[in-house]
Amino acid sequence: MSEQTKKGAIQRFLEASPDSTGKTLFVAVALCLCASMIVSAAAVALRPTQEANKLKDKQINILQVAGLYQPGVNVTEAFGASFEPHVLELATGRFAEDFDVATFDDRAAADDPATSIALEDDPASIGRQSKYMTVYLLKDDAGEIDKVILPLHGYGLWSTLYGFIAVEENGNDIFGLQFYSHAETPGLGAEVDNPRWKALWKGKQLTDESGELQITVAKTAPAAGKEFHVDALSGATLTSAGVDNLVRFWMGETGYAPFLANLKAGDI
Amino acid sequence: MSQTRREMLLDPLVDNNPITLQVLGICSALAVTSSLKVALVMTLAVTLVTAFSSMFISVLRNQIPSSIRIIVQMVIIASLVILVDQVLKAYAFEISKTLSVFVGLIITNCIVMGRAEAFAMKNPPVASFIDGIGNGLGYGLILMLVGFFRELFGSGSLFGVTILETVNNGGWYVPNGMLLLPPSAFFIIGLLIWAFRTWKPEQVEEREHKIQVVEAH
Repeated sequence: MSEQTKKGAIQRFLEASPDSTGKTLFVAVALCLCASMIVSAAAVALRPTQEANKLKDKQINILQVAGLYQPGVNVTEAFGASFEPHVLELATGRFAEDFDVATFDDRAAADDPATSIALEDDPASIGRQSKYMTVYLLKDDAGEIDKVILPLHGYGLWSTLYGFIAVEENGNDIFGLQFYSHAETPGLGAEVDNPRWKALWKGKQLTDESGELQITVAKTAPAAGKEFHVDALSGATLTSAGVDNLVRFWMGETGYAPFLANLKAGDI
Repeated sequence: MSQTRREMLLDPLVDNNPITLQVLGICSALAVTSSLKVALVMTLAVTLVTAFSSMFISVLRNQIPSSIRIIVQMVIIASLVILVDQVLKAYAFEISKTLSVFVGLIITNCIVMGRAEAFAMKNPPVASFIDGIGNGLGYGLILMLVGFFRELFGSGSLFGVTILETVNNGGWYVPNGMLLLPPSAFFIIGLLIWAFRTWKPEQVEEREHKIQVVEAH
């Protein structure tokens, strides 16, 4: 009996004019509830896979910049076997042991006033700089440091370029530079991804004998010499200038210079 | 039913194409056609979203209050788009990086809204679903054609496989940089519309304004 009245009520409701106030409200609320449940269920269910993808993408880029990436390789294994992540305090050039490297997030740290500084002199146009960055040490079989992989970012023409630079164990020779996220003009600024251009970075030096930062991206070689010069991208003046700024910023005193000095002194 | 299912599916490919005849969805057609792979994923995403949103809207069509019908349609479309976006991020990460913002913009793609409003509100679910698939494929056909020309002549490759070795990589082909920029798609879509209307003269619209010949006094 009660079932029948219930059925009757639903029936009556379905047949009621959709334009009545009650029904309009009901449809709006019910639809929003259903839609939000579906969307949040999907977001929660897929999050682990998405996070894994992001991490894998980052690891592939680190492997690539260190020249260790081969297609088809098991990324997590190759990465775990070779690289040792550390949280670095930029000002001292020492590893900060009070952070857990597994959970430390550079980008979140750059937004947090407690762990970042607002830049007055900001050639890379990044606004706030984190005081701590996650760096990766590549060690050889004997356990000696072979290369260090340092994250860097800065503004190009349209977008912030995020990338990694690989520096040899002497703290001065560049092994490679690679951007993993940017939105520069396809065919012009996006040629920062061109393997032929990236190959130009190999073997360049950061500083001259007096310790002065000399590396530059420019159309013509600077007075300091060819070993400090990476040819600018043709047709992408502003992207090249952006890369020049960001590399010089991160390799300078406000960036990794203290760490690289320690590395040079063999004191890591 | 005035149309058979077959017609519903095939009509939007050429005879009633959403891009060349209805001139909808141009914005995303400019943005995602610089490479075929991205265009293909976008086609699949738009086809799925159009089909399923049309179906759900059609199921609810007798219950949707007319005063809030556009918002109801938007909520359904937006939820589906978020689903597609989440799935892409989980299972096609590389492509989702290039598509990123454009997947979100499917919500505002006129084709999806257009089919919901013009077809799904008046027709049963199965027919709406097929209509959605058809229009998605019609959109995709143009996307693939535009993408073919842009990728082949802009970067010398198809689906990422090098066809014309470019000068940058030591070959002979000097790529046409303009084709990699969104405005080039305007030219290609314009030429396609011209080609379609030459092939099917019944698609040519009546002139809205005519030049009047006034006799001299």
